[in-house]
Amino acid sequence: MHLPFRATTSTITPSKILRRNRKERYLSWAFALPALTLLLIFLIIPFLLAIYFSLTNQRLAPEPLPTSFLGLRNYARMLTDDTLRRALFNNTFFGIVVVPVETGLALFLALLLNQKLRGMSVFRAIYFSPVVTPLAAISVVWAFLYNPGQGLINAFLKAISFGHLGPYTWLNDANLALPAIMFLSIWQGVGLYMIIYLAGLQNIPQSLYEAARVDGAGRWHQLWYITLPQLRNTTFFVMIATTVQAFKLYTQVEVMTQGGPGSATVTVIWYMVNQGIHHLHVGYASAIAVVFFLLVLIRIIPILRYVVAAEKREE
Amino acid sequence: MELTTHKGRTSSRTPEKVASMPAQPSSRKYVGLTLNYLLMSLLAIFFLFPVVFMVISSLKANENQLLQDVTTVRAFIPYDDISLQNYNDAFQRFPFGLYLFNSLFIVTCIVVLGLLVNSLIAYALARMPFPGRKLILIIIVALVVIPFESVAVPLLLLVNQLPWFNGATTWINSYQVQIIPFIADAFSIFLFYQFFIDIPRDIEEAAFVDGASRLRIYWQLIVPLSRPVFITVAIWQFLVHIGDFLWPLMVTRGDTYRPLMVGMRFFFGQAPLHWGDIMAFASMITILILIVFLLFQRWFLRSAAFAGITG
Repeated sequence: MHLPFRATTSTITPSKILRRNRKERYLSWAFALPALTLLLIFLIIPFLLAIYFSLTNQRLAPEPLPTSFLGLRNYARMLTDDTLRRALFNNTFFGIVVVPVETGLALFLALLLNQKLRGMSVFRAIYFSPVVTPLAAISVVWAFLYNPGQGLINAFLKAISFGHLGPYTWLNDANLALPAIMFLSIWQGVGLYMIIYLAGLQNIPQSLYEAARVDGAGRWHQLWYITLPQLRNTTFFVMIATTVQAFKLYTQVEVMTQGGPGSATVTVIWYMVNQGIHHLHVGYASAIAVVFFLLVLIRIIPILRYVVAAEKREE
Repeated sequence: MELTTHKGRTSSRTPEKVASMPAQPSSRKYVGLTLNYLLMSLLAIFFLFPVVFMVISSLKANENQLLQDVTTVRAFIPYDDISLQNYNDAFQRFPFGLYLFNSLFIVTCIVVLGLLVNSLIAYALARMPFPGRKLILIIIVALVVIPFESVAVPLLLLVNQLPWFNGATTWINSYQVQIIPFIADAFSIFLFYQFFIDIPRDIEEAAFVDGASRLRIYWQLIVPLSRPVFITVAIWQFLVHIGDFLWPLMVTRGDTYRPLMVGMRFFFGQAPLHWGDIMAFASMITILILIVFLLFQRWFLRSAAFAGITG
């Protein structure tokens, strides 16, 4: 490696070191300050404000009525809010379907691509490509695919069922709108978790498989007794990430259905934005934001694991 | 642990049986291989068809033909009235160029300024012993947990009150409101920190003894040595922020500062609904990002794991 410095020991006096240490301290603060200031203003303060606002009837626009302290009344209101309950139900339903399906499909794709065959990197790029297509744009394309009258999905279902299925109105149908969004979300997101599974597969020591082969274990045995147990951490991690994604569901809903029909696709974040921006109820929206934060607090587990693993490497 | 139970069970097999296992008829192997590729190709079609459908549709200038084609396989065949008319219309009806500029400008600023600010603090945390170092590190890790969605509404109130250099008393409807809140990123800081602590100290010490300043060490030693983490973070931030939708929707009012994704939503919402134009608009956004992806594929895949960690 080429280095721009000569490694020589020049004359260093104790006073020089002292001066240097003081300078170091100032300099390190100068290095740290820009990021700390930005984090304080744009993350820490808004987060504390969210907690504070959630206890008040804060409004978005200056109002004739002064802001007053409500205590936990916003939270009490949530308990009787039918739309919010519907939103929580929708997020949960979305999660119950999408988390296992997406995790399972991601694992399946990773196992397929982990074979030593020609062309795997091409397939990998293709399966991953929906992840990089922007959600706002691709949601519009799917809205077209789900077109109620003459849509491609309807035509496809009709063809494979010999005319028995459909036509459905998809996004205009209260029972099908959310499943339609689920399908698009799985299509868009699964490639990301496939990549994470592929990394997990590559970390499994080959010696385990060799030992199993010597013992005469077939491919299914190897999958069941080596691969899956070895991937337990990865699976856990993928399931938490997909759960968090389920609670963050917003863009698809905003672009495709705007919560409708009725409140069939209202989600927690969509409702929060709706309350905060369109109805100007910042206090109530903040209470929803706090609840949302608590819901996705499970994401602390993979983050902590990651941090602990990194700290261990440091020692 | 599962392995031991498995071993215990299979060790009863006879050696002859083990020996016969790998020898399979080769025709069966080829059938398996063909089925394998068939399955993978079907999956490839599944992941590609919406994008192919979008691009082909965007080329069909005749809206009636487009709508009739979607019910058949012809939706995937470019024929008849093929032109770039829809693209032309999209440019005419909406300021696509402006949206594109806004998006690229905003993302570039976030990525470049973010690399600088986040790597500097990470370097200080990793290498310069100063009071409060451990505490700051803990705070930063704790901040990774806060999702943006939970601070969006109060942040809107906050930026609404902030002054700017041009005398404005609000940040609503500006570039800075879409850039500055996203420059510092706790997770990026952590990624940098983690990479920096792995760099052997002797390399720096030699330079240090030689009288090089910290800033010079950072710029001429650390940055070149850490190229992988810089690229990973840059790609990751690009991917996250090019798709930003919620926040720009909240803080932009007219076309002037609106990025592509929000522009797309308004384009979609505007009557008359002309699918050809919409597909052209969506194609331009998607193809642009797909090209970036293909160019930096390796780095995208490496960054993917980080996107998953923060959910």
